[in-house]
Amino acid sequence: MANLLGIDVGSTTVKVCVIRGGEVVYSSYVRHFSRVKECVLSELGKVREFGTQFRTCITGSAGLGLAQRGGICFVQEVQAAFGAIRKFYPDADAAVELGGEDAKIIFITGGTEQRMNGSCAGGTGAFIDQMATLLDITTEEMDELALSAQRVYPIASRCGVFAKSDIQPLLNQGASKADIAASIFQAVVDQTVSGLAQGRRIKGKVLFLGGPLFFLKGLRKAFVGTLGLDEAHAIFPENAPCFMSVGAAMHAVNAEEEDIFNIEDRISSAAGSDDIAVGEPLFSSREEYDEFVARHMRSDLQFEDVRKYKGEAYLGIDSGSTTTKLMLITPDNKILYSHYQTNNGQPLDIVAERLREIYRLIGSNIVIRGACVTGYGEDMMKAALKIDFGVVETMAHFKAALHFNPEVDFIIDIGGQDIKCFKVKNRAVDSIMLNEACSSGCGSFIQTFAKAMGMEIEEFSRLGLFAKRPVELGSRCTVFMNSSVKQAQKEGACVEDISAGLSSSIVKNAIYKVIRARTPEELGEHIVVQGGTFLNDAVLRSFEKETGKQVVRPAIAGLMGAFGAALYAKENTREETVISTLATEAELNVFSYSSKSVTCGGCTSRCNVNILTFSDGRRFISGNKCERGAGLKPPQDVPDIYKYKYERLRACISEEKGKRGRVGIPFQLVMYEQLPLWAEFFRTCGFGVVLSDESSRELYFRGQHTVASDTACYPAKLIHGHVESLLDKGVDFIFYPCESYNIDEHDSVNHYNCPVVAYYPELLKANNERLDSDNFVMPYLDLNHEKTAVKSLKSALKKYKLSSALIRKGLRAGMRRMAEYHEDVVMKGKEILEAAEREGRQTVILAGRPYHADPEINHGINKLLNSLGIAVLSEDAVFEEGALVKVNVLNQWTYHARLYRAAEFAARRENVNLVQLVSFGCGIDAVTTDEVRAILEKSGKLYTQIKIDEINNLGVVKIRLRSMLAAIEEQKLHKEQR
Amino acid sequence: MKQQQKNTADFTDGYPVFTREMKKDYTILVPDMLPWHFDLLVHVMRQEGYKVEVLHNDSRAVIDEGLKHVHNDACFPALCVIGQYVNALKTGEYDLDKTAVLITQSGGGCRASNYIPLIRKALKAEFPNVPVISLNFAGLEKGNGLELNLKFLLKLAYSIYYGDLIMSFYNQTKPYEAHEGASAMARVKCLAGMKRALDDGSYKKLKRNVNFLLETFSAVEVRKEEKIKVGIVGEIYVKYSPLGNSHLEEFLLSENCEPVVPALMDFILYCVVNNVNDAKFYGLNKKSALIFRIVYRWLYKKQRKIIRLTEKHGRFEPLHDFEHLRRCADKVINQGVKMGEGWLIPAEMAALAETGTENIVCAQPFGCLPNHIAGKGAIRALRALYENENIVPVDYDPSATRVNQENRIKLMIATARENMKAKDRKTDEK
Repeated sequence: MANLLGIDVGSTTVKVCVIRGGEVVYSSYVRHFSRVKECVLSELGKVREFGTQFRTCITGSAGLGLAQRGGICFVQEVQAAFGAIRKFYPDADAAVELGGEDAKIIFITGGTEQRMNGSCAGGTGAFIDQMATLLDITTEEMDELALSAQRVYPIASRCGVFAKSDIQPLLNQGASKADIAASIFQAVVDQTVSGLAQGRRIKGKVLFLGGPLFFLKGLRKAFVGTLGLDEAHAIFPENAPCFMSVGAAMHAVNAEEEDIFNIEDRISSAAGSDDIAVGEPLFSSREEYDEFVARHMRSDLQFEDVRKYKGEAYLGIDSGSTTTKLMLITPDNKILYSHYQTNNGQPLDIVAERLREIYRLIGSNIVIRGACVTGYGEDMMKAALKIDFGVVETMAHFKAALHFNPEVDFIIDIGGQDIKCFKVKNRAVDSIMLNEACSSGCGSFIQTFAKAMGMEIEEFSRLGLFAKRPVELGSRCTVFMNSSVKQAQKEGACVEDISAGLSSSIVKNAIYKVIRARTPEELGEHIVVQGGTFLNDAVLRSFEKETGKQVVRPAIAGLMGAFGAALYAKENTREETVISTLATEAELNVFSYSSKSVTCGGCTSRCNVNILTFSDGRRFISGNKCERGAGLKPPQDVPDIYKYKYERLRACISEEKGKRGRVGIPFQLVMYEQLPLWAEFFRTCGFGVVLSDESSRELYFRGQHTVASDTACYPAKLIHGHVESLLDKGVDFIFYPCESYNIDEHDSVNHYNCPVVAYYPELLKANNERLDSDNFVMPYLDLNHEKTAVKSLKSALKKYKLSSALIRKGLRAGMRRMAEYHEDVVMKGKEILEAAEREGRQTVILAGRPYHADPEINHGINKLLNSLGIAVLSEDAVFEEGALVKVNVLNQWTYHARLYRAAEFAARRENVNLVQLVSFGCGIDAVTTDEVRAILEKSGKLYTQIKIDEINNLGVVKIRLRSMLAAIEEQKLHKEQR
Repeated sequence: MKQQQKNTADFTDGYPVFTREMKKDYTILVPDMLPWHFDLLVHVMRQEGYKVEVLHNDSRAVIDEGLKHVHNDACFPALCVIGQYVNALKTGEYDLDKTAVLITQSGGGCRASNYIPLIRKALKAEFPNVPVISLNFAGLEKGNGLELNLKFLLKLAYSIYYGDLIMSFYNQTKPYEAHEGASAMARVKCLAGMKRALDDGSYKKLKRNVNFLLETFSAVEVRKEEKIKVGIVGEIYVKYSPLGNSHLEEFLLSENCEPVVPALMDFILYCVVNNVNDAKFYGLNKKSALIFRIVYRWLYKKQRKIIRLTEKHGRFEPLHDFEHLRRCADKVINQGVKMGEGWLIPAEMAALAETGTENIVCAQPFGCLPNHIAGKGAIRALRALYENENIVPVDYDPSATRVNQENRIKLMIATARENMKAKDRKTDEK
């Protein structure tokens, strides 16, 4: 019998196996570092000891091209695994396989089904690697740590970029790496369960395959725990990492027997295809490069020797998400000391250590008159080290840029985790654009990638400068870029080309996706670029090429935040007698801290808060959504309509039992407006009304297994949990209508609901095995037409034999209740506005959809605004005050029409601003956001958009809101000055 | 709710309008969506005196232009279409003061009805004089569309039917042809024949024309072999457009499969029926519903006739019977789901399963809202009805790599092969 050879070429590894006489006699597993061909060939060299004649078959995502071009038998990898499972584990019920870039589930019993992750599901092996890099540990160390975890933090599991923006603040707040490691593994599990199983439970005897699941015990533990499996039902095969290659080898029986040298020949001569898009080189000649370097050398600060200088100094600290920057300047802006370092997850330690160093250096010659901190870690640093001032990072960057070019009209800062752009008018920030969680094609991506290639970032970027054929990698999110890079490699692009391609991707992402510029002219004339990423000459050059403009890049591009903070400290330390509160050398020498995380019981939000206890007994609390968590009293008197709406709606439910039975209403989407209607309707018709549990992350997880489309918005995905909670309460039936049309408010061309709001019941019914037409009533209704609505309700509830007259009566009573609710909201809105006006308070219209009133969906952004002293209104409270609007787009959705009118209202009012809440994945808001922005900007108002999803980290949101407020303040100041 | 008596604040920007006078000397650009249908439709428009050109540019530059000019979260079809326009207009081949672009508009509750404003926004900065023309039957964009007269509409309807048949017969012949290129030759012949019929007025002779198409394609010599049939359903643009779906039909052919692509007319009938349903369910627009009902009856009668002719000929699988599609829909989803492609998607998936095509690619733009419900959301229900139905949902997106998409489709095909083998074994045992 011939030897069977299976080769599995995955996105990160090559697995080879030999089967002889039905036995696996050899198997190997190596990382290929994107040198696919070389790696396969070297592995094939090792199988020669088993003979020269083989039947060969290739599998795996990266093997496809190789097999095609080499003319070698190929089998799809899930199919390969399936074959092997049937042979070795005939009694398995399901298999979960995690690979470098793919995740798969195979359901074997109860209807065979094979599933792979979609294109937007970062959470796999590569994701774990990326997270390990972020924590600055190896995956093995991460695994080790995870086993000793005390608690698990919720981390967004849908996409790697999201998870990262969840983890970063946790790190900065001092959460333990062990807990974060475990949380990352849990996120991978959640992703697999919700993204792949999609409504099907993974049960019975489950096989776990692929490298990560074999090597990472913490990941295994999370899987077994989540799926509720015991030892007999969770199988981890010995050959799990190379299981697919075994399957491929089994499939090789279909191939011709051949000499191994032949196969090697064919693989080594397999040509790379030419269909990768190629851009222009960054520099056409060495001279051009030299000129470029010389030009940028001009923007620099002067240095002063810290050992010789005597006098005053100001300290700026930029505690960023991935890096920490410090700068000490003289009153005439010369640099005495600067430092730039990656956080490695311990920003506080780093700053404390650097401060000690500074104190050593300055001795008694220099007095630090003032210090200021900015960035993600602002609050913590300020508390821990008693720093005088804190400034929102956008302001710090703006101050620094002004120093280099007083005429600056556009600033772009690309950092490790985020991109910030400001337009400047009249020396004040005019508009601010920050990247959304989904398109953070930022600096740390290049770094992660350089590391994956086994290179330092400097070396990797230098390679790109003189690349001949930079590859086009698209300009979307990093997860997508990741696969584009992989594809380019498969097509034979070299490291130089990829490095240059990555630089240009980052630039394009910033220009076209974050700034949303159509032409370079829109950016402005005097552009200052900054942020550590721009120190990379390849990125800088790409930016100049793409915009066709010469820009200013200060030599301290990476330190601009710290410089700006130092400037801020200088400007704000005026009194000669004031002494800086900054921790003294003596205090620092005894400084230490410990961190502990607990769940706050202050309110129903149940935030995970982190408590840092410093050696002098002071404490710093973070992670809380409201002031209560920080041990403070919530601001009582700041009005908030979101809270009012939520409570007012829930109060519609009475305790009445009802003679006909109990109807359950999932409190989500359209019910955030129609609850008064349906509660009254069913009460009138003789039913008791039961409301689903309050939204929470736990509730979401309860319904997660029935989520069919993981790219739908979070409000929609939450309903699955609401439905589960109602089923568990044992209601007679759940009522949830389908409504193509919303209420006609006579202010738009049409009055549709969005497709998700309109038809989600269909999806719920089709994907939850506990629902049937008996316990789930979902009539199609149009509330604008009583006659047809009555008919439809009558037929939907025919089991209860309600008369048309009764239904009509109920419907009318319900409509009245809904109108009352609406009037109450409007009244409350007026009250809030008047009060705010009286008190001279800023007001923000937090404009979204009615269901954004759900605290689990808005993540307490209303409370955050309150804590900044701002009154909160909603779009439905004010839109009737706004004029009817004509917009460029087709204005045909009821909820969205309100947004335009609310914006029109905000545009006319002093001290009223609008912040738009957008649920991630809302395709319709892709249309509305530009329009709302246009309406506001036409009257000189700032537009701020906040994207919300399952992530509940308010750090970024806070920066955004504070930046907005700072910009408003500054605009006002300028107006007054003029 | 009370009628609003309010001032109106106008936030619209001006845009160029396509007027009657422009007809004679403006070149109208049409995006590439259904290559063969559009060949006929463009022919009809030319007969009406319009200068029309279908764009065939599909390089990476098209997608890049789209990325630059369209919002991150707008759907992929908008991005492709806008990319094609901008890319073409930038070539310098067109007189920018004498060029217009054409787009269809459905006016449904899906964001797709906003393509026109998106296109206008995209063109505004660089091509301020290029008007956007709407082709719709919902009364939108009055005064800025094509002049539709009855004869013009009739010709369009017949062209769509003939286009559907040519697409269907080609797909049923191509995978089996004995001589490479023979099916394509037949297609050329058929298209030429239909254009002649449009010219000489014989396009209305349905029986003669359908038989001509049947005979032309059945004259192609074929090998007898069994291939895996793969249905393509989904969002209307990525379902048909090679630019949108990374040349899906060609890929399936290269994988030794027979692509089964449901007819464009079904989508039109779906739109018509939704208007009828709106009147029936919600009492909306009763007057226009009457017209829609008449249109539906007329179109359906023609479809029945085509099906009868195809069945009588016996060689090809006929088009879906729309009434059958509606019954299929009722098994899975309510016909009230009318946004985007709505209930048509599960209906087609069910109908395909019932007519022997159990393997299906459900194509959608990444994050397509209606498809959450009618596409991905309905798969579980369909599998409960049709045990062997083998559906792979594929997301199309400017940055999703082709490898990634093809690998998933390959998985579906591998499963299809297994299913076919199992079926063969069963028949052998019997």
